[in-house]
Amino acid sequence: MTLTSTNRNPQLNSHGELTHLLSTEGLPHEVLTRILDTAAPFAAVAEREVKKVPLLRGKSIFNLFFENSTRTRTTFEIAAKRLSADVINLNINTSSANKGESLLDTTDNLAAMQADMFVVRHASSGAPHLIVQHLAATGQDHIHVINAGDGRHAHPTQGLLDMYTIRHYKQDFTQLTVAIVGDVLHSRVARSQIHALTTLGVPEVRVIAPKTLLPSGIERLGVRVFNDMKEGLRGVDVVMMLRLQNERMQSALLPSAQEYFKSYGLTMDKLALAKPDAIVMHPGPMNRGVEIESTVADGSQAVILPQVTFGIAVRMAVMTMLAGA
Amino acid sequence: MPTKRPDAEVLCQILADQMRPHVDLARTALVGIHTGGAWVAERLHTLLGLHTAPGVLNVSFHRDDYNQRGLQANTRASLLPFEAEGAHIIIVDDVLYTGRTIRAAINELFDYGRPEKIELAVLADRGGRELPIAADYCAHTLTLAAAQMLELERAPDATLSFRLTEK
Repeated sequence: MTLTSTNRNPQLNSHGELTHLLSTEGLPHEVLTRILDTAAPFAAVAEREVKKVPLLRGKSIFNLFFENSTRTRTTFEIAAKRLSADVINLNINTSSANKGESLLDTTDNLAAMQADMFVVRHASSGAPHLIVQHLAATGQDHIHVINAGDGRHAHPTQGLLDMYTIRHYKQDFTQLTVAIVGDVLHSRVARSQIHALTTLGVPEVRVIAPKTLLPSGIERLGVRVFNDMKEGLRGVDVVMMLRLQNERMQSALLPSAQEYFKSYGLTMDKLALAKPDAIVMHPGPMNRGVEIESTVADGSQAVILPQVTFGIAVRMAVMTMLAGA
Repeated sequence: MPTKRPDAEVLCQILADQMRPHVDLARTALVGIHTGGAWVAERLHTLLGLHTAPGVLNVSFHRDDYNQRGLQANTRASLLPFEAEGAHIIIVDDVLYTGRTIRAAINELFDYGRPEKIELAVLADRGGRELPIAADYCAHTLTLAAAQMLELERAPDATLSFRLTEK
């Protein structure tokens, strides 16, 4: 491998255009802003009589979900269909991987079926990047790859739709204090949010979590760490809750769901410490009564359902930018 | 090439005069194509005294050159301040050339509903059509070479003028 190819961001082509979306890390400010700007007119498409535009007519998009996800897969599918692409959903849990086919054999076969784009969800960090490298090495880099969540690494479209949501309600990133609350250690969403927030110029990003759910050295990403939720929420403009995965309860990291809720669950009382116009976000699916109280989740400050709606527009924007690069 | 630059302000008046006997003040709605057409639509709206506020069409989603050029960076949503279903709409653009933009504009309009009638008004028709499209109202015709570009500009005081450049 030459020096230039190792230095080059694998997500950008030689003209600096987005050609794959693997992570919000390393994406320049102007690319992030371009994605958010592009998403705005797509959000308006949902308001029309005909919720469909012909930009990706004739393109085949394969949703490769090696790990289950109903919401993310569905929003990618709707986004692709509103762009007039042909969408093929592969639920690999029940498919060839179970018969022992390797990841790259699977993608080679789909490439032979004239795929134009892969949307990849995988339990292993780096799986989408591996596919990108393989496509480049085999001269198939006309196929674009979107990471729909890989292990603990990244979930860039979630991070981007969160940025779209924040900009929708708060307009300017450069005056905000944003708190990310919960299981940061296991969260690919938190990583994607932190990289996007810092690149877009948010002056103060806080993470709030028990020590056992924080990766060591998280401060190096440019965040302030709080172990006390009340202290961390004071004066924030945006509260981004993370999902506590049930399987963590069984491990030694946490005493019990009730204990966790007491210290790190978002209640009306705790939310009152944030700014009065603070918004509450959650990537879903929510565990009511574990990380968030129902009165907050259904309250006037929650923008959790708009996040889902904006997610379709952001995914349409990303797909259009990749296919047009 | 000694092509005379048409005076956009004069052409707006001529175009409005052409349209006046045919518009219905209460029913006719203008939609200008972003960006030059939208400026002309605003001007015509005032000159004609139409009741319905003019809309703005962004045709990026229906352009036929997306595969070559990608989506343009300044893509904005279309804005139709009236119901497209059953409407009398006049599409307004600054320059009519290949007809591809107008084809995209008609497709874009139909995404909002089924208008009863669509017409086309342009300040200048420079020839060179690649599709079977013609203007219903046109203030000026001229012939330009493929390498020449005719673009509408708007000054800070809202004065419209044409700029003629060589590619």
